[in-house]
Amino acid sequence: MTTPDSPTPRPAPLVEVANLKTYFPVNEGVLSRTVGHVHAVDDISFHIGHSEVVGLVGESGSGKTTVGRSLVRLNRATAGSIRFEGQELTGLSDREFQPYRRKMQIIFQDPFASLDPRKRVDAIIGEALSIHRLGRRSERRGRIAELLRLVGLPEDAMARFPHEFSGGQRQRIGIARALAVEPRFVIADEPVSALDVSVQAQIVNLIQDLQSELGLSLLFIAHDLGVIEHLCDRTIVMYLGRIMEVAPTKRLYSAPRHPYTRALLSAAPSLDRNAAHEKQVLEGEVPSPINPPSGCVFRTRCPYAIKDCAEIVPPAIAVEPDHVSACIRTELFQ
Amino acid sequence: MSVTGEPSEAPPVLSIEGLRTHFETDRGNVRSVDGVDLSIRRGETLAIVGESGSGKSVTSLSIMRLIGQPGRIAGGSMIFAGDGGALDLATATETQMRRLWGNQIGMIFQEPMTSLNPVQRAGDQIAEAIMLHQNKGRAAAREAAVAMLRRVGIPAPERRARDYPHQMSGGMRQRVMIAMALCCRPKLLIADEPTTALDVTIQAQILKLMKELQEEIGMAVLFITHDLAVVAEVADKVAVMYAGRIVESGDVDTVFAHPRHPYTKALLESVPRPGHGMIDEKGRRRLHAIQGTVPNLLRLPPGCSFAPRCGYAIEACRAGVPSLMPTDSEAHRARCIRWEVV
Repeated sequence: MTTPDSPTPRPAPLVEVANLKTYFPVNEGVLSRTVGHVHAVDDISFHIGHSEVVGLVGESGSGKTTVGRSLVRLNRATAGSIRFEGQELTGLSDREFQPYRRKMQIIFQDPFASLDPRKRVDAIIGEALSIHRLGRRSERRGRIAELLRLVGLPEDAMARFPHEFSGGQRQRIGIARALAVEPRFVIADEPVSALDVSVQAQIVNLIQDLQSELGLSLLFIAHDLGVIEHLCDRTIVMYLGRIMEVAPTKRLYSAPRHPYTRALLSAAPSLDRNAAHEKQVLEGEVPSPINPPSGCVFRTRCPYAIKDCAEIVPPAIAVEPDHVSACIRTELFQ
Repeated sequence: MSVTGEPSEAPPVLSIEGLRTHFETDRGNVRSVDGVDLSIRRGETLAIVGESGSGKSVTSLSIMRLIGQPGRIAGGSMIFAGDGGALDLATATETQMRRLWGNQIGMIFQEPMTSLNPVQRAGDQIAEAIMLHQNKGRAAAREAAVAMLRRVGIPAPERRARDYPHQMSGGMRQRVMIAMALCCRPKLLIADEPTTALDVTIQAQILKLMKELQEEIGMAVLFITHDLAVVAEVADKVAVMYAGRIVESGDVDTVFAHPRHPYTKALLESVPRPGHGMIDEKGRRRLHAIQGTVPNLLRLPPGCSFAPRCGYAIEACRAGVPSLMPTDSEAHRARCIRWEVV
């Protein structure tokens, strides 16, 4: 892209996603014929910088989890490009992809389901080390102890089983496992939504500490707008497989440009009792991702939809520097 | 929100005193609800808020008498001012309860899929409740069911009444639950985490609908939730539960603006919101986290259950369980001997 005489470009982002599509076949009947596809992620592009914390917010069916899983190849992308440190990943064989599995780690939502109940904590964390052949066996014990310390667990946690821990502590183990292989990039998929309110803040603070100490790039996937606002530099809003808006978090929350972002922010319950009266309640429900609406996928619920919205798939329009909105009605909410 | 013109000192629809619900397990007697006092008036919304193990759901199940083995109501009274006169739900017979369920007391649960009958059409389930309690014939009940489905915002209700629950989305199923709970215009609605499984835009729809129907029917609503923001949105009064006991209660405005129990204060501070939290030495905004975890009910600490996690705790806190004492006013109560410094 860059030519020798072009002005110095910004440093290349760590993760660069272009026109990513992840579809799942829908099979029916005794012969399991494919009768359609779930458009879980449908033509999205974004980037994540070095040590940047990017939030990904959306409701169920928005495709936010599939985005994270496609990046680490837990789901195979149907089309599009995923670049990591400049390297195109989509064409790589599983063996060629292996080193990138180490550089990109995922923290899952449910700390009760994501840890093997039959394994002790040292085996859970040690497994990641041995798969990637990190450190000699004799050194691994010390490394595991160090990781446990890093996530705020005592060293003797090593010899215990997952069921002996509370939800918050299990999530700490999940984080230690993800960090064991020294990733550059971590995807946190709803890491606090299964936890008690009083414990959520501990884990959010821990993730924040580790991100800045280790200089990690972080994709933080959540439906909770409050946590995203607290933690993220930039935020991506998804709806029905597509990106609606991307902006620096402060800007997105204070001056959202896409009607969906505005509705989402307005629908979130607030501790502020006076805010309740200005609520904009969206009509209807999220359409099926098997047959998404033509044009803009949000138009069926959008109070601002016009005739063109059914015909034009809105491109990502730069409404401000570093702020894009996929809405053709750019005159709104200026 | 309270119904206008209703004298605020009207007798409560439900008045609970000293409710204790215990579970006899192999590892010991779990006191899930350990001396809860609550009262709720017509048109009023009372929220019980708490984390897992706080006893909020066991309280609601106790009111409905849906506590199964090895649980039992070990003490206390729950006086319900029904149409047929006052009745103590703690000692009511199953026949008496059956007359109340789905009639004078409506219920909505978190996951409608488990509380709707999966092999019966949505409209028939509602019609059945109407036939049972309102003495209507099948045709009239069907008609009323469709009208109720329309009222809760289900599009094409005549057609949807013939759907089975699995053919509906989560939001639709919750609307069916609401239609069923409210078809007999109950005096009391118990809503246990009714929007927790729903997306925020659907949650906003359901909360708005519940509020409209409450104003129409004038029922009292007992709202169980873990979400403080939802409490702020829907409730007039709040009771905060921790480890089986109410630790603070009062008007939502008062309790949220001037919490007097360290747990309530800490919970409110742990919710991320702009302009709150503290700034650390690196200039980052940090959340106020509560240290430790919710205690195991089998191994409760001596004295105040929150003391081990509390920044205000002193030696006296471990000496005995504090009472739910009046603070700034008679109505705003906190179970904390140090409420004045909180």
